[in-house]
Amino acid sequence: MIEPAVMVRGFRKRYGNLVAVDGISFEANPGEVFGLLGPNGAGKTTTLECLEGIRFPDAGSLRVMGIDPTRDGRRLRDALGVQLQASGLPGDMLVEEAMRFFCAYHRTEPRPDLIERLGLGEKKRTAFRKLSTGQQRRLALALAVAHKPKVVILDEPTAGLDVATRAELHTLVAELRQQGTTILLATHDMAEAEKLADRVAILLRGVIVALGTPRELTAAGAGLTKISIHTEAEPDLTALPLPEVAQAAQVDGYTVYFSRSPGETVVALLHEVERRGDKLIDLRVERPSLEERFLQLTSQGPALSEAEGEAA
Amino acid sequence: MSAFAYHFGFEFKTGLRNPNLLLLNYLFPFGFYVAMGAVMTQINPGFTDVMVPALAVFAILASTILGLPSPLVEDREAGVYRSFKINGVPALSILIVPALTTIFHALIAATLIAVTAPLLFGGRAPDNWPALFGVLVVTAFACGGIGALFGVISANSRATVLWSQLVFLPSMLIGGLMIPLSMLPPGVQPLSALLPSTQAMQAIQGLAYGQETLIPPLAALAALAGGALFSFGLATYLFNWDTRNASRRGHPAMALLAWIPYALTMLAM
Repeated sequence: MIEPAVMVRGFRKRYGNLVAVDGISFEANPGEVFGLLGPNGAGKTTTLECLEGIRFPDAGSLRVMGIDPTRDGRRLRDALGVQLQASGLPGDMLVEEAMRFFCAYHRTEPRPDLIERLGLGEKKRTAFRKLSTGQQRRLALALAVAHKPKVVILDEPTAGLDVATRAELHTLVAELRQQGTTILLATHDMAEAEKLADRVAILLRGVIVALGTPRELTAAGAGLTKISIHTEAEPDLTALPLPEVAQAAQVDGYTVYFSRSPGETVVALLHEVERRGDKLIDLRVERPSLEERFLQLTSQGPALSEAEGEAA
Repeated sequence: MSAFAYHFGFEFKTGLRNPNLLLLNYLFPFGFYVAMGAVMTQINPGFTDVMVPALAVFAILASTILGLPSPLVEDREAGVYRSFKINGVPALSILIVPALTTIFHALIAATLIAVTAPLLFGGRAPDNWPALFGVLVVTAFACGGIGALFGVISANSRATVLWSQLVFLPSMLIGGLMIPLSMLPPGVQPLSALLPSTQAMQAIQGLAYGQETLIPPLAALAALAGGALFSFGLATYLFNWDTRNASRRGHPAMALLAWIPYALTMLAM
């Protein structure tokens, strides 16, 4: 049996009267990208900070590569690399100094290649305070992985990054996964989580409300498929009597249906458009995205939520 | 190069790179030294007798009491300590390395002042140079400890300024730098004894100049050494990784314990 790289069991954390995390459990396996999703205040950062050894849990047990973060900080530092959501370095520290500084404390050779790869080659003699937000986050990422840790925590890694750097980061994450590194990814970017994560846990008010692969989570709704249509003559087709439709709505010039049987619905829909002498401009059939599932779970997507509720 | 050595080198360079630290480590002490040397010696020729220790101690106060606490607080507020912690930088290094480099800068400035004042402004050279430097080293550690303690207990940068000025301004007025302890009103002398600058001046005057002092010079030196140990110990104990931690070890008022060694010298007066 494979020992999990990260193990969280019955973890609780309170701040005064506020219960930030209420008894959550999950595991991340070696070489797995595990996404932690949730709205602000859901408990993601608290969970990560306890795994990082910055905070202490009130109850439950946490392990990173078998190491208890509350007891063995020194071993934890070698096993874990962290890109904090709000990471700071001394303002006068140069980029290349930061790399040498942290590698010295990790007792490893500096990795100037990472500086180059993350687009900071021309900034290596620049002070941290003079870097843009995106450049600071890239440096934090380079420092997090420079000592080749077994587990990497990325807290909102692509916030403030441009498209090219975001793509480079995704490639880097894929490479780390291939090398067997476990990655805990906390993000608000659902597309990123869907693309990178092998499994995700959705946290809401301190508890895990969904856990599984992105595909499993999206399928775990009411199993509705989203069908969007735009025709030349008729902007609103919501009143059409179509089979297996749980709900229809008008969204940005498209009529959107949530169907329990997309094949039947699409055939009937096209037949109806032809019968009316209308002309099809665009037709899209999509499975619900992780974002829609997330919004549903966090009660911010009433349309889909209600439609699934009716279907259920 | 070991991590500690690299850390020390980085912090030492920061003391020169950072304009605020450069100002407090060198520009302010040297500017004050030149101004006092050029003007005060003309107005009050007797000032030449104390200018070497007074301005050397002033340089130490500027670096340690004014310069050291703010970067400690700013780094904590900016999340630098959190980054350090997750990358294995020990708490002791976070606190001790900036304190040591500040002490190093302070001693460089103090030494330059002590060596040049007799040549440039006719300041009275000490009879015992090693005793002068010995006391300055202990004074730098005592003041560095207080600076580190202020950096640890201050909730924010504004509080840092307040705490620093609570020591710096009285040191200038009643700390034996401008007015000898013996010339202060009797009711003020015990308050003056609570200041490291007073103890430093008493120790230097007794040990390096062979003068009579109100506080026995070895007692003053012991107070400085004890103050350094107490303040660094308390700073380490009260150190907090970040301001968001709801619970912290000890109460900031515990910092007052660092003044016990200075208060004890009142008994010897």
